[in-house]
Amino acid sequence: MECIFGLVGDGFALVVTDTSQVQSIVVQKTNEDKIMILDSHKLLGVTGESGDRVQFSEYIQKNILLYQYRNGIPLSTSAAANFTRGELATALRKNPYEVNMMIAGWDKDQGPSLYYLDYISTLHKVEKGGMGYGAYFLLSLMDRYYEKNMSLEKALELVDMCIEEVRSRLVVSPPNFIIKIVDKDGARELAWRRTVEDKQGPPSAAAPIASPMAEDVSV
Amino acid sequence: MSITSYNGSALIAMVGKNCFAIASDRRLGVNFQTIACDFQRIFKIHDKLYIGLSGLATDVQTMHQRLQFRHKLYQLREERNMRPETFASLVSAILYEKRFGPYFCEPIIAGLNDDGTPFICTTDLIGAKQLAKDFVVSGTASESLYGACESMYKPDLGPDELFEVISQALLASVDRDCISGWGGIVHVVTPDQVITKTLKGRMD
Repeated sequence: MECIFGLVGDGFALVVTDTSQVQSIVVQKTNEDKIMILDSHKLLGVTGESGDRVQFSEYIQKNILLYQYRNGIPLSTSAAANFTRGELATALRKNPYEVNMMIAGWDKDQGPSLYYLDYISTLHKVEKGGMGYGAYFLLSLMDRYYEKNMSLEKALELVDMCIEEVRSRLVVSPPNFIIKIVDKDGARELAWRRTVEDKQGPPSAAAPIASPMAEDVSV
Repeated sequence: MSITSYNGSALIAMVGKNCFAIASDRRLGVNFQTIACDFQRIFKIHDKLYIGLSGLATDVQTMHQRLQFRHKLYQLREERNMRPETFASLVSAILYEKRFGPYFCEPIIAGLNDDGTPFICTTDLIGAKQLAKDFVVSGTASESLYGACESMYKPDLGPDELFEVISQALLASVDRDCISGWGGIVHVVTPDQVITKTLKGRMD
């Protein structure tokens, strides 16, 4: 089941999501990037109904860029988060998007920040947070090991602990995760944590598996 | 579980002698899961008017934004602040506009009139006003808040005593409600100053 979390460290913020695309009981792909880079210093991690996820995050990204082109200055992280909440809240009582989000950003004066925004548009600024079934394990783990202004090295250690916990304790755990970072140098992909690779091409394209029967014949 | 108890909340306002106090818990949760312990439910409309919104957090934020917008428009047009009574009617009207698809929050309005007399009032989620002379409560902890207020409240308290009474009532009540608590915030408003204090309480 889908899992998203994030935390703020010393001069940076991290957003982590799983990368599974699931339809009913079938895992369709395991390398779906669910963290959108909104602009040079903003990340939008989104989980939820996959159609809504793509539509809504693209709508937000395009409108934030439009604001930037019109006014010549980028939105601050808090402004972008509040804009996103506004759009989600307006939609809530018309045709709601079923999406949960973690918004991370870095501003010159504010430094890094992280916002929690759920599918009914509850917006809250947090230092650490998570959503979905994974959050049942992650929140307590982060309460125990999170420190204010932790270094990137320590933060990644914590992220790995979280991923390990989800993989080992959650029945419906996703196999792969993506970690993105935003700091003074911008928003970018930091790392993947994979346990399975997507197969390339149809099964027939893979090297044929030698059958024990064939081996018998050759002997 | 009802949608009004999705996030959990405790809210209270009390009248003193030429002053009032308004207090709330600070928990933001999703049912039994706690998201944060620094959520804001009480908002300043102007120096002598506060509103607290209990209930669904998203509607708390939406309502606050709409009310602040309406009050700013009023200030521009009238070049003065709204009276607490007027503001209560505005809140009531905004809520009743959504009679058949309401905002799931129950506000408490507390303010001081120009002559220094305090005003407190609450409404239900569709805007039925309820005026009170002593105290009003709201939120998931309202039952226990009623009990605590009923036994602790005294009329005509000064700001310092009022702070003590409202704090004790809040802290005592949230301990009997699983989904509210985790710290509190109290504003005591007098004609010439506002005292704001955060309470620690049981943080478990």
